Amino acid sequence: MSRVAVWWAVLAASAVVLATKVAGHLVPRTLLQRPRVVRTAALVTAALLAALVAVQTATTDGALVLDARVAALVVAAVALLLRAPFVLVVLLAAATAALLRWLGVP
Amino acid sequence: MPPRSLAQDPDPAVRSAVRTSVSVSVATGLYGVSFGALSVAAGLDVPQTMALSLLMFSGGSQFAAVGVVGAGGAVGAVVATAGLLGARNGLYGVQVAPLLGASGWRRLLAAHLTIDESTAVATAQPTPAATRAGFWWTGAGVFVLWNAFSLLGALLGDALGDPRRYGLDAAAGAAFLALLWPRLSGDDRRVTRTVRVVAVAAAVLALALTPVAPAGVPVLAAAALAVVVGSLDGGEGGGAPGRRAGAGPAPVVTP
Repeated sequence: MSRVAVWWAVLAASAVVLATKVAGHLVPRTLLQRPRVVRTAALVTAALLAALVAVQTATTDGALVLDARVAALVVAAVALLLRAPFVLVVLLAAATAALLRWLGVP
Repeated sequence: MPPRSLAQDPDPAVRSAVRTSVSVSVATGLYGVSFGALSVAAGLDVPQTMALSLLMFSGGSQFAAVGVVGAGGAVGAVVATAGLLGARNGLYGVQVAPLLGASGWRRLLAAHLTIDESTAVATAQPTPAATRAGFWWTGAGVFVLWNAFSLLGALLGDALGDPRRYGLDAAAGAAFLALLWPRLSGDDRRVTRTVRVVAVAAAVLALALTPVAPAGVPVLAAAALAVVVGSLDGGEGGGAPGRRAGAGPAPVVTP
């Protein structure tokens, strides 16, 4: 993406997210507080995050790739199981991938 | 010195809410460093990174936006992914607006500060005064620290150079996993199971579509899958799997 296109993406996406927040404060409560809407929103959030985990970890430029990132994700999952805080989880994953690459793993 | 610090407010519930707000703000603000670093690693510059932290101000959406940019997605895919991840903020607004009773510019400011953390702290408080203190202190605290640490992370990331050498590309997947993790458990076992199944299916679908669909589309397809499951999964009709009276969506604070 060109620098200008990234600016468009940044500003348009920010406008959409902010508009959603404002709408939440303005629309009548009954319209959005239906069980099905609430449940679906929770599922969409989880599905998007899970898909992003997969795409960020196992794909490069439109191809499936298995490399040091997979090992890093396993380390992150173990850290989360042990209730490590967010920053530590991310640091451990980065350190794992950096170490493996230093050792010659792609 | 302020005339009377809120930390010395005579109301113990308000004092407790302010203390909670400060610790949540510090914990959340700190991981702004990882956002800033990942953002420049994904190819955004420092001003673009800060525009996201200042204007979008919603962690999950920001990580998603830079993730899709980094993967080579189109502008539309960036907007759709970040927008869909930000949809829950709209539901939080429905929940907190009546508790805050703000109007005019304060209402607009409250809307901008409506995120997982401010909603979670506000709705956990026992009294109306503590609810308002919890919302505003957490919202403002996270905003200031998140932006400060985003800037630090972006400058650090810029100075580091090749992101792969430092494993920053692997850190992105870990960041999304950490955001997802607390959503995979909950009080209601049936709901939790559905969330887990949808999460696994979403990951598999996104991987399966990656070789054949344009960048950004596999992630959106996962969201579409969740919408279908959410609308088909009838469940217990009127009775929402509620945590408290008038239950809205439960905000999840990352570890």
